[in-house]
Amino acid sequence: MKISYYPGCTLKNNAKNFEDSALCSLKRLEVEAEELERWNCCGTVFSLATDDLIHHLAPIRNLIRVKEANTNKVMTLCAMCFNTLKRANERVRSDPESLDKINEFMYREEVKYEGDVQVLHLLELLRDEIKFENIAKKVVKPLKKLKIASYYGCLLVRPKEIGLDDVENPTVLENLMTALGAEAIDFPYKTECCASYQTVDKPENVADRTYQILTSAQAQGAELVSLSCPLCAFNLDYRQKETVQKYPEFKNMPILYFTQLMALALGCPEKDLRLDLHYIDPKPILREKGLL
Amino acid sequence: MRINISRKKIKDPFVTKVEELSGQNLLACYQCGKCSAGCPAVSEMDILPNQIIRYAQLGLKDELMRSKSIWICASCFTCNARCPKGINIAEVIEAIRQILLRKREDHLKVEKLSDAQKADVPPIAIISSMRKFTS
Repeated sequence: MKISYYPGCTLKNNAKNFEDSALCSLKRLEVEAEELERWNCCGTVFSLATDDLIHHLAPIRNLIRVKEANTNKVMTLCAMCFNTLKRANERVRSDPESLDKINEFMYREEVKYEGDVQVLHLLELLRDEIKFENIAKKVVKPLKKLKIASYYGCLLVRPKEIGLDDVENPTVLENLMTALGAEAIDFPYKTECCASYQTVDKPENVADRTYQILTSAQAQGAELVSLSCPLCAFNLDYRQKETVQKYPEFKNMPILYFTQLMALALGCPEKDLRLDLHYIDPKPILREKGLL
Repeated sequence: MRINISRKKIKDPFVTKVEELSGQNLLACYQCGKCSAGCPAVSEMDILPNQIIRYAQLGLKDELMRSKSIWICASCFTCNARCPKGINIAEVIEAIRQILLRKREDHLKVEKLSDAQKADVPPIAIISSMRKFTS
């Protein structure tokens, strides 16, 4: 299987562990991810104001790049890119007049966008096309006895028309972790917002949210958290520094991308996991379980 | 807090502007409070999400534009997902932010961020905060 791949900015630096582990896992699953030859920032957030067409240009331009790669399907890893690309796509599909305006504005593009690209998240590809039972068959190192809480945050599941699973009680990540041999832990804060970009000007708010989310996962017995958004990952991992300062009783907890756990189970080499890019070192718990 | 309501305020073009920019019918809200009950940020807000809708219906422009809440909302869409009347509350809050930002009243002063602040966070955080907080 071959699929076009849109990485987005953060996967090329802070979240290199997300990209490398995903690409290695896909190789093991015999999927060839072809990065788009040219791509630009997706805009990171979908523009909510009804008249704000200019900010839909960036995501739509990326969808034109997909067409230029002679395909009509594109896969993303980052939850924010997924949400922004898919929502902008739905926006122009349901409003041909704004699609015309956007196309006219980008008159120098050789390909006209017609709303015909499908935006997929890697989790959808794994669940619907490769299927978890086939992934389970390729597991060489089952994540036995590893208690993993899966955190979705906002943009994988909301709004409902865009989300890839149930809006209030998604289970796709837990199902994947179970297929990898881990013990999936459910917890009530799995779709609670981590305070997102407020990490820039109000890191103390993020520390509060990190405290609530992670102590809730710990109360259910989780040893680590898996997730799919580079901004959530930064907030829940690196902001544990501020969390401990504010809540001295808080116990640190490793945060991993679901793809790192998948890569580990599928036997990818440790260099593709990039476990060096974490604030809270995940190696001790993985060693304790005999996985490293 | 003392609040004055008047016919003049209710008919202020601000109300129409909020409805236009958000694409929402403000009068659909019957104040059930589910948006505020589910909002993860209420503890940091001065006006709660259900109150934002009520204030917007009443044209309480000044109170809304100087509220902390509009900059605390991170558009997580929990309120939208739970509103029994299908109102997109996050879009209403975005509309109020936009009215200010379109007057070049930026909330985030990027030039005032220290190099350390900028270097510590991933690009996705910088870009999204600029998209939400600057014009």
